[in-house]
Amino acid sequence: MTVRARVIPCLDVANGRVVKGVNFVDLIDAGDPVEQARAYDAAGADELCFLDITASHEGRDTILDVVRRTAAVCFMPLTVGGGVRTADDARALLLAGADKVAVNSAAVARPEVVADIAERFGSQCCVASVDARRVGEGWEVFTHGGRRATGIDAIAHALRLADLGAGEILLTSMDRDGTRDGYDLDLVRAVADRTSVPVVASGGVGNLDHLVRGVTDGHASAVLAASIFHFGEATIADAHAALARAGVPVRTH
Amino acid sequence: MLALVDIQSGNLHSVENALRAAGATDVTITADPDAIARADRIVLPGVGAFGACAANLRAVDGLESALRRRVLNEGTPFLGVCVGMQLLAERSEELGEHRGLGWFAGSVRRLDPAGSDAKVPHMGWNDVTPLGDHSLIPAGEAYFLHSYAYDGEGVIARTDHAGPVTAAIGRDNIVGVQFHPEKSQRYGLALLANFLKWRP
Repeated sequence: MTVRARVIPCLDVANGRVVKGVNFVDLIDAGDPVEQARAYDAAGADELCFLDITASHEGRDTILDVVRRTAAVCFMPLTVGGGVRTADDARALLLAGADKVAVNSAAVARPEVVADIAERFGSQCCVASVDARRVGEGWEVFTHGGRRATGIDAIAHALRLADLGAGEILLTSMDRDGTRDGYDLDLVRAVADRTSVPVVASGGVGNLDHLVRGVTDGHASAVLAASIFHFGEATIADAHAALARAGVPVRTH
Repeated sequence: MLALVDIQSGNLHSVENALRAAGATDVTITADPDAIARADRIVLPGVGAFGACAANLRAVDGLESALRRRVLNEGTPFLGVCVGMQLLAERSEELGEHRGLGWFAGSVRRLDPAGSDAKVPHMGWNDVTPLGDHSLIPAGEAYFLHSYAYDGEGVIARTDHAGPVTAAIGRDNIVGVQFHPEKSQRYGLALLANFLKWRP
């Protein structure tokens, strides 16, 4: 066969606890990240993603501890993002047990941070995380949980970060995030068709068909979702089965 | 004692965690040639750039020759993971030309799936397809994460990424895997458990 489409549950972590925001407000506590990670490991998730959504305001030690405890019990790839500003921040997460580190706001302010990380630790562990909103005919990069416009073209920014050495692009539609209306497939496709690195679709999943369309219509290499998994509406096996039914190669468990 | 060779690889502790989960009780993280000389199993992890990994290995006086003696002359079971496998080649073209350990006649080149929509890095779960019958490498699915691949002698398993790509190499007491057993859940933990019992 060929490399499988990846299904990635994403845990938003604040102060060491899992939360899920609706458009990044109204957080609902949904448990211990290590226990959830262990459950997703057992359920056959292809990867796991932690986004430390309070990282810009809080200390970094909490997430490092969560990552360390997760890496001791989970044997699947773990991506960690949120508050990564420098190659040293990335190093601390990698040493704690993260396999990939996602850089977002810092790469808006200084795209070269992506090259710093890729050169020191390899492209394979450097994820460019881009939050985009539709503006007119295109998309613009937004920061601070989608609240702050930057005036930067999101497609050009994502492609530049790949050129600087990012090994993967995590692309989130801030228009769709929390809406359950499905990915912004035009956005995902616009990036995926123009880059040689894998693109992870993110933001807006409300059902299994949205995951499938992220791959078939968005041309994403991986599909990320949060609430449909966290609240038990679908299992990882359901997601794999839906993708397989659409002819997408997935893991057999 | 299992020596987990410390060439400052980012996945060092993930490999350690997985080895312990697979049943290893006596793991020493070390770059000390004397410890290598006493090890009864050796694991060489590596992620990142080939040149940096090779330089870190050679930065420790006597480490390369201790590994060579313990593995090639004395037959100690050895497992290389990802760049730790690629290092067994003679050379790599990753970010310039770099010299490997040269235990296998082969070289490491950039994945180039030209003419296909396959992505680089090759990232995710893919087949491990054995070419023969090797007790440590059954057919299955494992997690790959790499932009460069090995070509040369000793290939014992392949995967497919817009064409055949080396998934594992082996000879006598040596095995190397391109994929990450420490991130390959059941398949990977079973491989590590088998390595811990392996009597080549």
